[in-house]
Amino acid sequence: MKENALLIHPRDNVVVTLRDLAAGEEVIARGVEGFRVHQNIPASHKVALRDIPAGEEIVKYGEVVAVTSGAIRKGEWVHTHNLESKRWRK
Amino acid sequence: MREITGYERAGGKFGIRNHVLVLATVSCVNGVVNRISREVPDAVCVPHAYGCGRGSARETQILFRILAGMVHHPNVGAAVVIGLGCERANTQALRPFLEKAGKPVEVFNVQECGSLETARKGAGAARRLQAEIGGQRRIALPWEKLLVAMECGGSDAMSGVTANVALGAVSDWIVEQGGSVIFGENTEMIGTAHVLTRRARDGEVARKIEALIGQAEQRAQDIMGPLASWVISPGNMDGGMSTIAEKSMGCIFKGGSSTINQVVDYGEWPTEKGLILQDGPGYDGDSMAGLAASGSQVMFFSTGRGTPAGFPAMPVIKVASNSRIFRAMTDDIDINAGRLVEGTRVEDLREEMIAYLVRVINGEKTKAEANGMEVFTMLTVNPPF
Repeated sequence: MKENALLIHPRDNVVVTLRDLAAGEEVIARGVEGFRVHQNIPASHKVALRDIPAGEEIVKYGEVVAVTSGAIRKGEWVHTHNLESKRWRK
Repeated sequence: MREITGYERAGGKFGIRNHVLVLATVSCVNGVVNRISREVPDAVCVPHAYGCGRGSARETQILFRILAGMVHHPNVGAAVVIGLGCERANTQALRPFLEKAGKPVEVFNVQECGSLETARKGAGAARRLQAEIGGQRRIALPWEKLLVAMECGGSDAMSGVTANVALGAVSDWIVEQGGSVIFGENTEMIGTAHVLTRRARDGEVARKIEALIGQAEQRAQDIMGPLASWVISPGNMDGGMSTIAEKSMGCIFKGGSSTINQVVDYGEWPTEKGLILQDGPGYDGDSMAGLAASGSQVMFFSTGRGTPAGFPAMPVIKVASNSRIFRAMTDDIDINAGRLVEGTRVEDLREEMIAYLVRVINGEKTKAEANGMEVFTMLTVNPPF
């Protein structure tokens, strides 16, 4: 099966989509066990690899890039609606 | 195969092009420069929006450094400078900088004989200088004499996954050859101080990195207040980036993983080799001017949303982060790093990019160069008055 997402760094808790994914579609990425996305997710956006509680760090490139503003479920779209910057809180 | 050639310049420098530059000192004379451009199409003509009307010491330092930097640029073999007479960056004030260029420079002022006569004289001088330097031959160019700039603009989330990963691989390779790499865009380093300081050569370089990122962050907060975490464009967010730290991580990937040997100011020439970090802005045109004025002979420029922008006298190699934009802007983009998500390995793409870099250094025109897509803007720190 062709990969449709990318795990950039082994420490990451999100994968990056390589194309648009439709709700219910399975994520296929090297180093990741298959799981389904909960909603339509545009290409090059992030999907949660596991359940992530509110206030927890989002790790991409092996580094912290944001903090969750609410709880995020595995397979959920991770973007500006459920994140805030760690450096400047909203 | 990896042999590169260039034009030897004063002070042991090397250019990879042998251009005659026609430079305005102030926007008032742009019409004269445009006229010369029509008469001498092969000359690199640079009209611009600067040169007067901004007074601070920092503003003047940047203005003189960038204008002089264009004349000093190693890809410029000779220059014609078109002045007005009463501007801040007037040719009399610029003279000490122009004299240090170590190349033929001819200067004309519109207030001495009017615009048409200045254009006539300037065009004549440009043609004469083209003939004068036209006989210079390329000789072997040691990699140690090469400074390659790394830039990204119109980024999407794939920029940090494909194109900048490829740029980083090329950066590391150039540094291994003894060459140097420079990258800037301080706003796009915010949130990455802990990563970049780890790679600093020594404590002094680390402190400078801390300071420049701290200042960039402070500026963002001063200007944008509570919205400071969103100093990324709406297009960036559509592309999947959520915070400046996320964008920054993807951005700094382009410098590779070498030790950072020096931090230089905007448009300042590095004195060290290897990986150099510039305290310059994120806005593409302004950033390119700073990196060019620092002496980089060629630039890699990654783009996800797509930009055609090149830079006067400095070949810019465009690298697409995704295949869609590569196909949509095939006239503008040289390399498709989008293939990394379609099964191409980074090592293979890197080899292809190095081979293309070698051809560009040796004279092959990049797409932006062939299309004449040059953009010239520079950093300003105060509003005009």
